[in-house]
Amino acid sequence: MKTLKKESILHLMLLPGVIVTLIYAYGPMAGLIMAFQNFEPLSGFFKSEFVGWDNFKYVFELPDFTQVLWNTIIIAICKMVLFLLVPLILALLLNEITKQWFSRVIQSAIFLPFFLSWTILGGVIIELFSLNGPVNGVIESLGMEPIMFMLNNSWFRGIVIGSDVWKGMGYNMIVMLAAITGINSTLYEAAEVDGAGRWKQMLNITLPGMMPILVLLGVLSLGGILNAGFEQILIMYNPTVYQGGDIIDTFVYRLGMFSMQFGPAAAIGLFKSVVSLIMVSATYYLAYKYNDYRIF
Amino acid sequence: MHKSTISRKIFVFGNALLLTIITLLGIIPFIHLAAISLSSNTAAMAGEVSLWPVGFNLDAYRYLGQKVEFFRSLGVSVERVVLGTAINMLLVFITAYPLSKSNDQFKFRTPYVWFFAVTMFFSGGLIPSYIIVKNTGLIDSIWALILPGALSVWNMVLMLNFFRGIPRELDEAATIDGAGQWRVLWRIYLPVSLPSIATIGLFTIVGHWNAWFDGILYLNSPAKYPLQTYLSTLIMAINSQMTSISIEQLKAMENLSEKTLRTAQIFMGALPIMVVYPFLQKYFVKGMTVGSVKE
Repeated sequence: MKTLKKESILHLMLLPGVIVTLIYAYGPMAGLIMAFQNFEPLSGFFKSEFVGWDNFKYVFELPDFTQVLWNTIIIAICKMVLFLLVPLILALLLNEITKQWFSRVIQSAIFLPFFLSWTILGGVIIELFSLNGPVNGVIESLGMEPIMFMLNNSWFRGIVIGSDVWKGMGYNMIVMLAAITGINSTLYEAAEVDGAGRWKQMLNITLPGMMPILVLLGVLSLGGILNAGFEQILIMYNPTVYQGGDIIDTFVYRLGMFSMQFGPAAAIGLFKSVVSLIMVSATYYLAYKYNDYRIF
Repeated sequence: MHKSTISRKIFVFGNALLLTIITLLGIIPFIHLAAISLSSNTAAMAGEVSLWPVGFNLDAYRYLGQKVEFFRSLGVSVERVVLGTAINMLLVFITAYPLSKSNDQFKFRTPYVWFFAVTMFFSGGLIPSYIIVKNTGLIDSIWALILPGALSVWNMVLMLNFFRGIPRELDEAATIDGAGQWRVLWRIYLPVSLPSIATIGLFTIVGHWNAWFDGILYLNSPAKYPLQTYLSTLIMAINSQMTSISIEQLKAMENLSEKTLRTAQIFMGALPIMVVYPFLQKYFVKGMTVGSVKE
């Protein structure tokens, strides 16, 4: 009887969280039923007409959709690879800096953009790469033609990828630095006695020592294969660069919120969620198997 | 202890130089932004400003001081941060506590954990979420920015893992002394977990301050926009004007915009974070490594 009372308090504590999650996380999941409906906002989920897989057929046959899917995957993969490589190189280089204060200053500066919103950073990037901006200023002073970066499909994609790496590289760098600090220092002492230089030490001790965290970060990032950066692209793009920069999320946003095609938009959203779920499950299984990684 | 060979010296120098350049790349864009906002509008439009103001003046900031939209949205942002962070932290705290109990202390732990965990892996997506927020009557209210994300499951997991590190004897002793669960939570767990709460709280504050898209999605009246949402409308306004036009047209268009005022507003939007950031950085770093490196 006493345990029952004790546990009922625990249930009570969970109640607010359960209610909020039920409405705002499970509610939308149930709402995905509209992906199979000819959804009318006035009729709602219960009275809208069911159309089976028609919305999916309609969406996959849209001429833009293949391009959008391709953009999403290519941008996401480039970001994943660079998000491992760039911070790794930075962490290795930073590890060679012996002066503490210098290392601290560098870390702070690299980490700063991570804490600013895409609104701020988008504004900064657009200003930097505008026709009258400093990047074109340098290009013109070298005697070349200015480039309309934000209106050029291939440049735009590069800027999206580059600026996201710029924003996020501090995060992975700190995680990797922590991994380097965790490597047993006697290994280095032994290597030095054996006559290994700094380069050899990095190759034979630091890199292998970081493998677990590199594999973990890499594997976990696979779950985001269809996340190419919604807020970033939404703030930076314009109709001219839809061809190279439009991704699933921005496409869904326009299709649903501006064209009012709720059913088809929800269908793409469902497609994306299912693909993500499969990727996440697979990668968590891999992370668990090879790295014994669990979130709870 | 390292041998100072010539090649080592070259490397050390080159490395320091490279990292200095990368460091500057992290800061220069913001110095440039500040310089533009302090320049004369003509110099800013002509692209003459690099890292130092040209035709120094405070006109943009003087004008900004009278800009109602800016201060109104700033007020909304402050309201959102205070209200949102308080609710987020309370929910994270009281939800993580029962789930941190072992299975023999709390029989229903596992089903609850799964109930929350599922939402990290699968979501309804943008359109159904919008419909639900609309159906619950939150559209155009500040609650639309707070309630849908009121419980961050990820932060709850971080908190939960921290709670599990607290020695079980501590709450057993308190229970024997007659303390109920609430008392254990507030009198024992709360004081012990202050560092953890500070870290998660800081991330939550920054998250609320930086969020802008939910404002665009859920708020109809610009008068209710938080600062970042208001700023995003300024930036997207430039974007929507850009289409396939000639270089001359684009130059003319860029020159028409109130560039110094726009940059002043963006800079002011970034300033709070840039000012507090150096003091808070160590907490962020600690919280991150706790969250991402397994024990």
